[in-house]
Amino acid sequence: MADTGVLETLLRRIEKVDDGVDSLEVATSLGVDHQVLVGAVKSLQALGDLISAELRSSKHWELLGEGTEIAEQGSHEARVFGSIPPEGLGQSELMKLSFGKIGFSKAMSNKWIRVDKAHEGGPRIFRTVEDIEDQVREKLLLVQRGNSSKLEEKEKNELKKRKLLSEVTVKSYWITKGSSFSTTITKLETELTPEMIANGSWKEKKFKPYNFEAMGVAPDCGHMHPLMKVRTQFRQIFLEMGFTEMPTNNFIESSFWNFDSLFQPQQHPARDQHDTFFLSDPALAHGFPPDYLERVKKVHSEGGYGSQGYKYDWKVEEAQKNILRTHTTAVSARMLYKLAQQERDPGCHPSGRVPPDRGRGGRLRAHAGGPHGHPARVLHQTRDYQAPLQAGLQPVHGAQHGSVQLP
Amino acid sequence: MPTVGVKRDLLFKALGRTYTDEEFDELCFEFGLELDEITSEKEIISREQGGSKASGASDVILYKIDVPANRYDLLCLEGLVRGLQVFKNKLEAPRYRRVAPVSGEPQKLIITKETAAVRPHAVAAVLRNITFTQERYDSFIELQDKLHQNVCRKRSLVAIGTHDLDTVSGPFTYTAKPPGDIRFKPLNQTKEYTAAQLMSLYKTDSHLKHFLHIIEDKPAYPVIYDSNGVVLSMPPIINGDHSKISLNTKNVFVECTATDLTKAKIVLDMMVTMFSEYCSQPFTVEEAEVVYPDGKTCKYPELAYRKEKLSSGFINRKVGINEPTEKIAQLLTKMCLRSEVTGVGDEIQVEIPPTRSDVIHACDIMEDAAMAYGFNNIPYTTPGTYTVANQFPLNKLTELLRQDLAAAGFTEALTFALCSKEDISDKLGKKISETRAVHIANPKTAEFQVARTTLLPGLLKTIAANRKMPLPLKLFEISDVVLKDETKDVGARNSRRFCAAYYNKSPGFEVIHGLLDRTMQLLAVKAARGDGYHIQASDDSTFFPGRCAEIFFRGKSVGRLGVLHPDVLGRFELAMPCSALEMDVEPFLGRTAETALAHEVAAAAAVHRPPPARPASTRTVFGDVSAPAGLRALDDFLADKSYVEGFEATQADAAVFDALPAAPGPALRHLARWYNHIESFRRERGGLPAAKGRFVLDAFEEHVDVDAFNKI
Repeated sequence: MADTGVLETLLRRIEKVDDGVDSLEVATSLGVDHQVLVGAVKSLQALGDLISAELRSSKHWELLGEGTEIAEQGSHEARVFGSIPPEGLGQSELMKLSFGKIGFSKAMSNKWIRVDKAHEGGPRIFRTVEDIEDQVREKLLLVQRGNSSKLEEKEKNELKKRKLLSEVTVKSYWITKGSSFSTTITKLETELTPEMIANGSWKEKKFKPYNFEAMGVAPDCGHMHPLMKVRTQFRQIFLEMGFTEMPTNNFIESSFWNFDSLFQPQQHPARDQHDTFFLSDPALAHGFPPDYLERVKKVHSEGGYGSQGYKYDWKVEEAQKNILRTHTTAVSARMLYKLAQQERDPGCHPSGRVPPDRGRGGRLRAHAGGPHGHPARVLHQTRDYQAPLQAGLQPVHGAQHGSVQLP
Repeated sequence: MPTVGVKRDLLFKALGRTYTDEEFDELCFEFGLELDEITSEKEIISREQGGSKASGASDVILYKIDVPANRYDLLCLEGLVRGLQVFKNKLEAPRYRRVAPVSGEPQKLIITKETAAVRPHAVAAVLRNITFTQERYDSFIELQDKLHQNVCRKRSLVAIGTHDLDTVSGPFTYTAKPPGDIRFKPLNQTKEYTAAQLMSLYKTDSHLKHFLHIIEDKPAYPVIYDSNGVVLSMPPIINGDHSKISLNTKNVFVECTATDLTKAKIVLDMMVTMFSEYCSQPFTVEEAEVVYPDGKTCKYPELAYRKEKLSSGFINRKVGINEPTEKIAQLLTKMCLRSEVTGVGDEIQVEIPPTRSDVIHACDIMEDAAMAYGFNNIPYTTPGTYTVANQFPLNKLTELLRQDLAAAGFTEALTFALCSKEDISDKLGKKISETRAVHIANPKTAEFQVARTTLLPGLLKTIAANRKMPLPLKLFEISDVVLKDETKDVGARNSRRFCAAYYNKSPGFEVIHGLLDRTMQLLAVKAARGDGYHIQASDDSTFFPGRCAEIFFRGKSVGRLGVLHPDVLGRFELAMPCSALEMDVEPFLGRTAETALAHEVAAAAAVHRPPPARPASTRTVFGDVSAPAGLRALDDFLADKSYVEGFEATQADAAVFDALPAAPGPALRHLARWYNHIESFRRERGGLPAAKGRFVLDAFEEHVDVDAFNKI
């Protein structure tokens, strides 16, 4: 809040006049900066209908730095003229003066002076007229005294071009008494305090109005990643449909479970270096169920179980190669095998399985960002071994109907 | 999926009608294809090389059609049109026939033993009296190209050579020779080269350079000569110029050399079935004889039609429809699988033509029936069995923790599972050899060389990418890292981790420590040595000296927290202090009741269980329940009954339960339901009321005629 002294002085001024006062004039007469007075007006406005203030803007011309200098000491050309004694002055002497260079040409074009180039001791300058009239200075003096209206627009613009004058817009308030005008100020409370509630003083106080246009303070919150939220939703859908979630926390998989057991032939393009990440360490997997391995080999190389097979030389070395799991169906293969083992087990329940997890290669076309998100990174992820919502969500029908058929 | 480009107007002409783009798109979809793009040569060139290059190109409209990778019979206009016409019942699938030449003496291709080391197989056939036009010729070349890219695995498995038979004279010899000894004028060249010269000539050929590696390092290159020593081709690289086919060619000699004989036969069948359409006797192919090094001979192409029998019930069940057998046979016939009802039950005999090498088992036939039926016409049904949903316990715990960590004011990050070696070693002040990291043999970029062994670098990179966000940055992630583990079949395992980082003007160790305390509170672990958790000062090169503590849970170290070392911050381009926490999540499992599933498969053959105590007798009033008939009778009996006798479980149920040699399969639904129910009485079965009747007979007892069915 502005200084109470200024506030009260202002109120008393307003009281004295009938129509109103101009903030600019009050500031000048009080000898304070206009901004201080503007602050006072705002403070008074916040107190209710004490005063009413109307914003006005007025334009006037003001001298710039060079203009002020000219108004005080005369134009450059006049000063050049003034500095030349009747016996003349050497040109080099004149040029040493601060205004010499600028004033010289203008004085020449005004035909106030002449140059005698043949003079002994170098070119010398003489007056050509007895007396001059320094119009520029007089015009500027008019402006300085606040009589700029006496100048023609053309003249003012010319001086403006010479950077001697500038037009400034001054915003001021026209202040009049408000409906509840008073010269005494009651300070408004900003907030309700525990003390006020305790002693009941809130009943007497006036409260400063809130600015409901402003934004609130941002809460200090964390949040989940948008893509992970989507994954949670998908997971939920499958759980609601009665699927059991498979353990997919095995990013490293053998080609055997990832490809061979799913009847993907060993020359399949997806098993190329271009399409699958192989591991150099640990490079090979071991410990496949031997009888099952034989069955897989047989159905690939010779066929069987109702299939013609691919009829090629199936190599266990190829199946052993470790890779980054390219799809979560690899987990389905393991689970189907295990379910098939349990077939004879009493208490085996029908089950659906669902693994919504990462596999290599992207199916997810997402560009979710969010305040802390980083869209570019998310997009990257779909290309590079990051597809949280990768496919592999298909229900395992065989398992559902209890007739697991594996090669 | 390969994409086949065909000229729209040619396609419509061959189909005998025009379609709007939408109609054709719809047709493709019904047939299991996808109209990928409608474009023109001009458009393609201007897109790929800029508008200026495209000025002279043709603006004939092209349809780009996505074809399933194993449907080699749809890789050219001829095959596509034939497939669609049969599908629309406008054409009967042609019968491809192998015929003997009019002269009586078939062309011979003699394979010498030298080929064994480089490319041992070859097959051949002749297209007699064929008529080429510019379009047919282009399609003929294009199909070879498509086959080379797909089934031939970039010519490594099979390479096709086609020759103007009238320019050469058989018998042909397929042999292998040292590169220096092979000399001929290759296709579209003006002079002769040796094979060795050719290999260096084609090093810069944008098309051929991709095939050189197949034979480059071999001591001998494969080559085919005619009886006059003219080189037909040097597979899998290039044909000879002498025998090249032109628009005027009337008789074409097709040879396929291969490392995989099955594939070679498929490719040869495909070439001749597609283009025999243009022979004077359409769909006939003149046989060629291949003579093996051991003197054995074989006639090609095989053009084998295979017959399969399957039941319409199988197809109906698998697809989830209920169509009469005749209708199913019609559907299959539409897909070029000529089918007829045999009259034995609901049996259908399906004939698989040589063009459908992709049909290798019953479910492929089922799939075609489903496609012809229209996937969108299959009614929605709900599963007949109920299942109980179950979360994977580790994921359940993770989901719960994530919720509460976000509620604690931390923001979840999702970072890459792969990173560079530096990220997990040098940048954290560790040695790569200490990390137990899994290494990728063929990384695509230096940024993704290993599977991460810690979540911390991911979070620090996320902070670096979000430095402009207002401080503090509070991030967390719960996800898997991968560690080498020799006890696993693949030699590695995932480990679920929780990592959090606090980045601000002050290190905020207390914030991270507070988060640890909150996490432990959520996990119901109290702050205490021994049974609870505690932290104690530790040394770790990732953290600032004296500002790192190790987290212990029940006396075992589960992770670390602390203020990061300024060097670490600098390497991740971070300017503010940062404190972080990383710990294992898995030790906190087991506080839930679920039994964990595991993906490990027992390496021992089958899981051997002790055989269930053999019941004294499997003979019951329902029949012998060790035989299917007895089980079925029991199943029927239980269809509308909860118990064997009366309205509650009695010793009668227990006795019949014991008589069953094994748990019934789910096919016997009622029996299975009863079995599971009775099994749940296992503990209290002694207290079940006595049975009124006798249901289980002694093993050798004469059958006592108890009318169980009228007892109640």
